[in-house]
Parts: sequence; structure tokens; C-alpha cells
Amino acid sequence: MGFFTNLFGIHNSGQIAKNRLQLVLLHDRSDISPEMLENLKKDIIAVIKNYVEIDEKRIELDLEREDSSVALVANIPVMTVRRQRRRGEQ
Amino acid sequence: MTARVIVVTSGKGGVGKTTATANLAAALANMGKRVVAVDGDVGLRNLDVIMGLENRIVYTLIDALEGTCRLNQTFIRDKRIENLFMIPTAQSRTKDAVTAEQMIEVCGELRKEFDYVLIDSPAGIEAGFRNSAAGADEALVVTTPEVSAVRDADRIIGLLESMDKSPIRLIVNRIRPHMVKKGDMLGVSDVLDILAIDLIGMVPDDEAVVTSSNKGEPLVLSQSTPAGIAFRNIASRIEGKDVPFMNLDATDSGGLFGIIRRAILGH
Repeated sequence: MGFFTNLFGIHNSGQIAKNRLQLVLLHDRSDISPEMLENLKKDIIAVIKNYVEIDEKRIELDLEREDSSVALVANIPVMTVRRQRRRGEQ
Repeated sequence: MTARVIVVTSGKGGVGKTTATANLAAALANMGKRVVAVDGDVGLRNLDVIMGLENRIVYTLIDALEGTCRLNQTFIRDKRIENLFMIPTAQSRTKDAVTAEQMIEVCGELRKEFDYVLIDSPAGIEAGFRNSAAGADEALVVTTPEVSAVRDADRIIGLLESMDKSPIRLIVNRIRPHMVKKGDMLGVSDVLDILAIDLIGMVPDDEAVVTSSNKGEPLVLSQSTPAGIAFRNIASRIEGKDVPFMNLDATDSGGLFGIIRRAILGH
């Protein structure tokens, strides 16, 4: 039976259970608190500011859930890009 | 004495918290440790019947908290194993009969007198769970290889981490090796992949768990059943001993079909 089910692309139920769990936990765990999202936003801003100047007030950051994935979607308006420094220069 | 206080919890009900608590307490006591098992499930107590001590309850934890008796008057000494004690809780009360502060205080008292305090937590993630975990340093999370139990275990692990319990270790209970082999059950490695915490033991599905709970005798006391051995191994690992994980295939009867299959096919 295993042969036929595999032939037709049907996994054993153990594998189905694992796939379903991974997905459901992705959703469960992505239920993050507003405070955590705010902290994440602050950290992202701090890192990005090293490279580009951004409009901090207009940043949008959110988790978007679709059937098989969860994405962290950020919309960060860039004001100016910093001049690239050559290696060794401080 | 400074006891290690360990909460046994799961999120989902019916996965074997109370069985694990009773058997680990018995196994640790058998190893010469002074152990108390505390029923943290106010209103739905069961540790007493699983340990076979239900006829000896005089005072409960709630009586001690309300000042009706002293804490040590609630101790029920297990006559079968030296150094094993149980503290029952009240059956006719609700979860609000205990607060987190009180549990911390009780655990502080028990620490002085025992090597191990094992707390049997209620199912759920509400006050009952939080209170029972409040006084604990470490946690054992019990799950079965099923989607509902693993999902709930994930939730409980998150809560235990936020409560700074450490270590938090996993017991995968009721494994049916023949189903895992066929690919029809989550294997221990699948569960570990998903939950990403340390494994302290895997316990095969074993009819002896049912018969021992029928009789109120901890498994670890009686004959060498697969689940009994598994719980003894977990107790040794709690003690810091390096015990290899058992080969579950060897323990598996696979039910009637397994017996027939092995008789015919020789494996």
C-alpha cells in the first residue's frame, strides 16, 4: 500500500501530521504582541539607518498570513541613500 | 536539603501528566531520594488515585493554606517506597483556592525537607497551570505524538519560557513504534524538530500503564514493563545520569497484528 500511496503522491499520515503541525505552529507563533512588533520595528530602523536615511514616521510593518506562509511585510520609505564608504575609512 | 522543584505539565489534558508525575516520583524515591509529589489540579485531583493513596487523605494542601492544619500534616507517606510522599489537593474546591504566591511559599517550605518536589499541573494555560508552575524551577512537558498534543505543548513551552523555567525538557509519551515505522505516527525526531527543546525521555504506549492505574500501583515498582523502564530512565536522567534512549522497536508488540506478523515473518 505504501508503494501505491507514494506513487500517487499521497504521504503517510505521519508526514501529513508533521506538515500540518509546522504550518499551524507558524501561524500560532506569529501571533506576536504589539509590544514585540514595536520593538522589532525599532531594531529594524536602527539597522537600516546605518545604510539609508528613512522616514521613520511612515514605516509600516506587519505580519501577513496566507494559507501556507507567514510573511513579515515592511514598507519603509527611503529619503536618501548614504554615500558608500570605502573599506578602511571611518 | 534544597529540593529541585519540577512542574509536570502539557497544555492538553489526557496525555499522561499524572502518570508521569507518579512514576517519576516513585522512581526517584526508589533511587534513594526524598521526594514529594504535589497534586496541583485543584478540583480535579487524580494523583491520589494514580498513586493508590486516595484512602489515606486526611488534610489537603488547601487545608494547610487556610490554616486548618500544618503543611506537614498533609503529607501522605507511601508505605511501599521509602522517602516517597504525596500532598493531595481539594476535590470540592476550584482553582482560585490557591494563588501563585501561596504556591511559591509552599514550594519554599518543601525545598527544605526534600530532594525533589514534583508538581502535577492541571491541563490548560490559565490560572491553575500558572499557579502550579509558579514555585517551580524546572519543567517537564509531556506530549503524545499527535497534532493536538504537540500544538498545545508548543504553547505551554512558550509560557514556561516566559516564566523563566529552566531547563524545560520534553517527554514524548504513548509512542507506538509500529505506527511510526509505517509512517503513520509522528516520530520522536519529528516532534523534536517541531518543538525544538531537549528530550528527556520517550515512553512507549504500554497496556501496563492502564493496569497499574487500575490498581493504583506505580509502574516503576512492579515488573519491568517498557513504560516502567522508560520512566525509570527519565528519573535517572533527571538525576544527571547519562542513560541511552531505549530502542522502542524492541518494546513494541504492535498489537495482535504485530504478534502475528512477527510469528509469520519473523520480524
